[in-house]
Amino acid sequence: MSGYGSPVAGVVVPAAPTPAQATVWAGSHQAPILDAARLALARDLQLAFRKRGQLVQPLAFFAMVTMLFPLAISPELARLREIAPGVLWAGALLASLLALEFLFRDDAYDGTLEQYALSGQSLTWLIFAKTAAHWLLTGLPLALMAPLAGLSLGVSVAAVPGIVASVAVGSVALSLIGSIGAALTLGIKRSGALLSLLTLPLSLPVLIFGARATQLAITGGPLLAPLELLAALAVLGVTLAPLAAAAAVRISLE
Amino acid sequence: MSQFFEMGGYAAFVWPAYAVTLAAIVLNIVWARRALARSREEARRRLSLRGEGP
Amino acid sequence: MTWTWFHRLGSPPYVYALAARLTPWFAWPAALLIIGGLWGGLVLAPPDYQQGDGFRIIYVHAPSAWMSLMVYTTMAIAAAVGLIWRIKVAHAVAASCAPIGASFTFAALVTGALWGQPMWGTYWEWDPRLTSELILLFLYLGYMGLRAGLEDTQRADRASAVLAVVGVVNVPIIHYSVTWWNSLHQAPSVMRLAKPTMAASMLVPLLMMLLGFTLFFAAVLLVRLRGEVLSRERSASWIREIVNA
Repeated sequence: MSGYGSPVAGVVVPAAPTPAQATVWAGSHQAPILDAARLALARDLQLAFRKRGQLVQPLAFFAMVTMLFPLAISPELARLREIAPGVLWAGALLASLLALEFLFRDDAYDGTLEQYALSGQSLTWLIFAKTAAHWLLTGLPLALMAPLAGLSLGVSVAAVPGIVASVAVGSVALSLIGSIGAALTLGIKRSGALLSLLTLPLSLPVLIFGARATQLAITGGPLLAPLELLAALAVLGVTLAPLAAAAAVRISLE
Repeated sequence: MSQFFEMGGYAAFVWPAYAVTLAAIVLNIVWARRALARSREEARRRLSLRGEGP
Repeated sequence: MTWTWFHRLGSPPYVYALAARLTPWFAWPAALLIIGGLWGGLVLAPPDYQQGDGFRIIYVHAPSAWMSLMVYTTMAIAAAVGLIWRIKVAHAVAASCAPIGASFTFAALVTGALWGQPMWGTYWEWDPRLTSELILLFLYLGYMGLRAGLEDTQRADRASAVLAVVGVVNVPIIHYSVTWWNSLHQAPSVMRLAKPTMAASMLVPLLMMLLGFTLFFAAVLLVRLRGEVLSRERSASWIREIVNA
């Protein structure tokens, strides 16, 4: 891949994979879809790291939301511990919704998404790659930040692994479900409210099981059952959501 | 007769429930007819704009 | 022979005329059944030995809940047909279903809350059936919101069709939630294929209401369908006759 010099100290910055590279036309023979998906994932990750400020926004939003509750309700740690699962999940869901608007926006704007759709490669896989990149950039950091927010709400340190696990698995499902809504509302101006309206009904089961798993993590109970249900929802999302999102993208691009 | 209106003490729940459902039925009729009238008016306007109307 | 019938259903002028002709055949029986069901349920049926006269809410709650599920399923099937075979009339059917379904989902939630308060002591409970019925309401609203937000009718039809099909998983969840999870809501007593556990004097008005509401849905759907079909048609010839009538 070619690079170009940065104005600072002559460091060579490698270019992100171009859409053409990402969809890997090799003459008349198309490369395996997994290579294309891998390149699409790498492209999204590299492009996102160029705009680090945008990456931090959902996390900052999450921090602010979780801060609101102690200020608005009560600074008593005992009470905060009770509402901690709800606060964490409400914050995670809202932060995810915020981040979802960026999933397809830039690629739709500059025509990359159209190239993906026209490339002859499986759009489902390419969208799955984009959604995976999105989760790595938002869901996973949220899962790692959640215990910090939990500790600020009076949660004990023993609950940390459980919180990370439940938010990590749940946010996978949230990213996948959200990709459908993001694809349907492509190009609609100020689509934030509509995107939330479309995504929330389908993500309520994730919220319910996720909050239950986090609750059990905090109180020290057996969280394996809701965690397994969350994982099942995530797997269901992995198999079905990219299909629906690909169909929705094609419709939005017509 | 008063037994009917009292609904065995549950009047405050039974009658609002019936009222809400009746409202849903009536509103559906009204909205549907209005939507049809609006579509016809729009079609008439579209035709007259193209000079093919009445 | 069956194929000509199917193809004719794809023709907007045929559907428009057929809908106009069929509407009274659904509307009047619906009115009779609903009035008869109300009489049977409010007056003739004896009070329940446990719930007294409060149980009579079932005669509006159960039909509303039935409508919310049945209308969504119809909408999803029509949407799928429109997506797969690209039939505009199917999309028009789906669009017509949404407001009807949303209003009865709302009615089901409200009547359920009014029934829940005296019987279980609470207007609302986050149990699986109530929560998924609320999700259904948001699905309807999201469907209508998405349609409203997209100006191009074809994109609106197809995008909302995807949404309708994706959301249809909620319908079996709502229906089976009372058997899958221990919940506040009672187990099905009518929809069991074995003998229903209700007395005949209570059951017959309920069946009349269920059937009456279903026919009512068909009548309202046909009225809305005519408007939706009209708004999707650009060609002048058959519309001119309709408009001048």
